[in-house]
Amino acid sequence: MKHHLVLRVVAKLLIPLILLFALYVQFHGDYGPGGGFQAGVIFGAGFILYALVFGVDTATAVARPPVVRVCVALGLLLFSGVGVVSLLLGGRYLDYSVLADDPVRGQHLGILLIELGVGITVAAVMVTIFFAFAGRERA
Amino acid sequence: MLLSFLATTAIAVVVLRDLFAVVMLFGIYSLLTASIFLVLDAVDVAFTEAAVGAGISTVLMLATLALTARTEKKPRQWSPLPLVVVMITGATLIYGTLDMPRYGDPSAAIHQHVAPRYINESPHETGIPNIVTSVLASYRGYDTLGEVAVIFTAGVGVMVLLGAGTRSRKKKGEKS
Repeated sequence: MKHHLVLRVVAKLLIPLILLFALYVQFHGDYGPGGGFQAGVIFGAGFILYALVFGVDTATAVARPPVVRVCVALGLLLFSGVGVVSLLLGGRYLDYSVLADDPVRGQHLGILLIELGVGITVAAVMVTIFFAFAGRERA
Repeated sequence: MLLSFLATTAIAVVVLRDLFAVVMLFGIYSLLTASIFLVLDAVDVAFTEAAVGAGISTVLMLATLALTARTEKKPRQWSPLPLVVVMITGATLIYGTLDMPRYGDPSAAIHQHVAPRYINESPHETGIPNIVTSVLASYRGYDTLGEVAVIFTAGVGVMVLLGAGTRSRKKKGEKS
């Protein structure tokens, strides 16, 4: 992949924008279309583009597979953890109204946190699956 | 119009034997589906379809092609059974749509059950302008938790089956 100069320059320009757009979709999901699933997939796609253009070895140096694997579980744990916290605070499971003094602010916080959990898990799973496919040698 | 494009793409996918072209057509198919979702005002779904269907799954299928063969094997003999099964399934599905309410009918069952409550109460209860997000994350939080668990399980399944790329690196180390 050393000779694809145009590809590399364009990818270098695009990848930060894709990742930034993913974060925008993630945290603006309350107000516009989007949310954790979409943001996670876009983030994963941006990272996969990086791996395609600059090689899987470079990409695994940036996001080491053990770290990504931890993130796969981390997102789900964050999501279910928010549910447990709302249980401990005297509400029902995944009832975010008890997370803050004001129910509306509690809902905001809860939704932000669980969307973050969704985004982390989705992005990490996409990258993991890509690494798993790309890391295999021809059978 | 979009639907006819979809049908053309689907027929081309069936007819073509070059799997590389088929993967590209699948990408176009997903992009067309995303456009249809956009026309139907389902922006969130269109987003996901464009990113997953046209983006990531195309890359994954290309990666699979790199591991396997590029052309499809010729079927050994033509048998009418698959065609009959597809015809029967299609006829049943079309029969099932016959008593569905008209598209956008306000008296349809789905608009009478919990939807009015979400639309009327969501701004006060959650303070979030995007009702899709409030339904997905708050009212239907259990479902979303289940979906994330499904994605988690899929990731774990791929890791267990393919080894998460660690095996190949060991192989490379052995070679060098």
